[in-house]
Amino acid sequence: MTRDPQALLAFQDVTFGYSPNRPPVLERVNFSLRAGRVLAIVGPNGAGKTTLLALALGWLRPWQGDVLLAGRALRDYRRAERGRWLALVPQSEHTPFDYTALEYVLMGRAPHLPPLGIPGPADYEIAMDALARAGIAALAHRPVPQLSGGERQLMLLARAIAQQPRLMLLDEPTAHLDLHNKARLIQIMRHLRAQGMTLVMTNHEPDVVLAVADDVLLMEAGRPPVFGRLDEAFTEDTLSRVYHLPIRLVEVNGRKQVVWT
Amino acid sequence: MSELTLRAVIARNARRQRLIGLLAAGLVALLALSILLGRYPAPGLMPWSRLQEDELAARLVLNLRIPRLLAALLLGMTLSAAGMVFQLLFSNPLVEPGFLAVSPGAAFGAAFAIVLLGGGALMTQASAAAFALAGLGFSYLMARRLRFGGWVLRLVLAGIAVSALFSAGVGLLKYIADPLTQLPEITFWLLGSLASITWPKLLSVLPAVVLGLGIVLLFRWRLNVLSLNEETAFSLGAAPNRERLVLIVAAVVPTAALISISGMVSWIGLIVPHITRRLFDADTRFGLPATMLIGGIFTVLCDNAARVLLAGEIPLGILTSLLGALIFLGLMTAQQFRSQP
Repeated sequence: MTRDPQALLAFQDVTFGYSPNRPPVLERVNFSLRAGRVLAIVGPNGAGKTTLLALALGWLRPWQGDVLLAGRALRDYRRAERGRWLALVPQSEHTPFDYTALEYVLMGRAPHLPPLGIPGPADYEIAMDALARAGIAALAHRPVPQLSGGERQLMLLARAIAQQPRLMLLDEPTAHLDLHNKARLIQIMRHLRAQGMTLVMTNHEPDVVLAVADDVLLMEAGRPPVFGRLDEAFTEDTLSRVYHLPIRLVEVNGRKQVVWT
Repeated sequence: MSELTLRAVIARNARRQRLIGLLAAGLVALLALSILLGRYPAPGLMPWSRLQEDELAARLVLNLRIPRLLAALLLGMTLSAAGMVFQLLFSNPLVEPGFLAVSPGAAFGAAFAIVLLGGGALMTQASAAAFALAGLGFSYLMARRLRFGGWVLRLVLAGIAVSALFSAGVGLLKYIADPLTQLPEITFWLLGSLASITWPKLLSVLPAVVLGLGIVLLFRWRLNVLSLNEETAFSLGAAPNRERLVLIVAAVVPTAALISISGMVSWIGLIVPHITRRLFDADTRFGLPATMLIGGIFTVLCDNAARVLLAGEIPLGILTSLLGALIFLGLMTAQQFRSQP
């Protein structure tokens, strides 16, 4: 695969598995994502979507191949530096302690502080602003354990916004959201992209993918994933094959929708 | 809206800082009073002038009361801070500093020295400290070898198993101990007391305590980040495993050092962080300094009661357990309340 000099995130022949005794989960994955685009990683359960996200974060290291961030191997980044480039929005997070949403979002400032530093007024301001951008400024002083699943998801997004990364990794960001919040999240993601942020998300919901993604990585257990622009890769053929279901794309009010039978 | 909230946050942080200042002032006043409190010449406070007139009183205060007070202060600060660190790192509000086999290790070390090594004070202290650290080290090594669950779960499991080994060892040593001389000594050690603190004993643990508490205080905000799950902490630029290990060692070494001179003093490390969180919420930036001060106050009060209430000494561990458990029950059953911003 030729190297794209404009790629922000690139996987080059990445192979990874959890145990040397078992076949690898991902084999020879190749793609390169340009800055300012939204990539949706789509595929059935167990295809390795979350694994791929963890590799992009640097939390897992490939057996073979390289993960490049802005043309440089991810493993060569220093920790805090990597934290300023990459943010993670996990699917869910548990805390037994009564942090307020603002205190929680403030932790996104950690990679911008000196080692053992303590956030100052400017960091509080950024955290407040991030809560507002996620549409939950009113929850700033609510204890996290009292938030609903959807509110918590938006708070995790706010923490990633406060981290001011160039690339945001989102693991099933719409999993806990109702329709209203889902629409809101899509709006926020478009907004972030408009400001030059690059986003990578795993997603099960074709309507979310169709609404916000520019590129798609279709994953299938045991086969090399298909990478391409949304209109090239997210087709009736590829979807039907990946999900083993006859799938049709129909247009309703000018928007594409996925229909299966 | 956002402007307003920000100002509210700044005001709340200032209020927390003032409360910490107030606690510190209260602690200093308590220490000053405690120097004069005792059963000499009569139960109660001795007048300040007596210190100048009565040489025995002056020597008593200087050689017995002051080192003992300082030991109580450091013990309370350390156990509370270590308790808070452990509760955050293990995302579990019910762990206490001894649970990684530190307390059972110390108990085994003390019993071992009493039964098999002659039971000298210095030997008992050294053995207790050594086995407390051995307990931590053994738990850590076992946790690394376990092939099961995440890092936190592995440490907890290893800690429980190693604790049980040491407890079995203590049982065995009690069984073979001389019931007239050695057994009472083990029992008293397990009840915990600061009655025999001297300057040399206090000074022998001081460097470890100051260093450990200093490192823990430096991590006071960082601890929030390290309490998140590993992958998230990593995404925020932390090295979760390495930094957690540094913090655990920084919290356990002073704990082991102090337990080695005080014996088992339980419940402080469990209850004081809970009280602190009620007053200061979860953020450890203020919570850690505050819990040290509250722990110091709580332990000095308990130790004052231990040495003054009865003509004979009441073991400190009994008082901290009694009061700690009562407060714990009170907190658990009381109406949930939170300080509003």
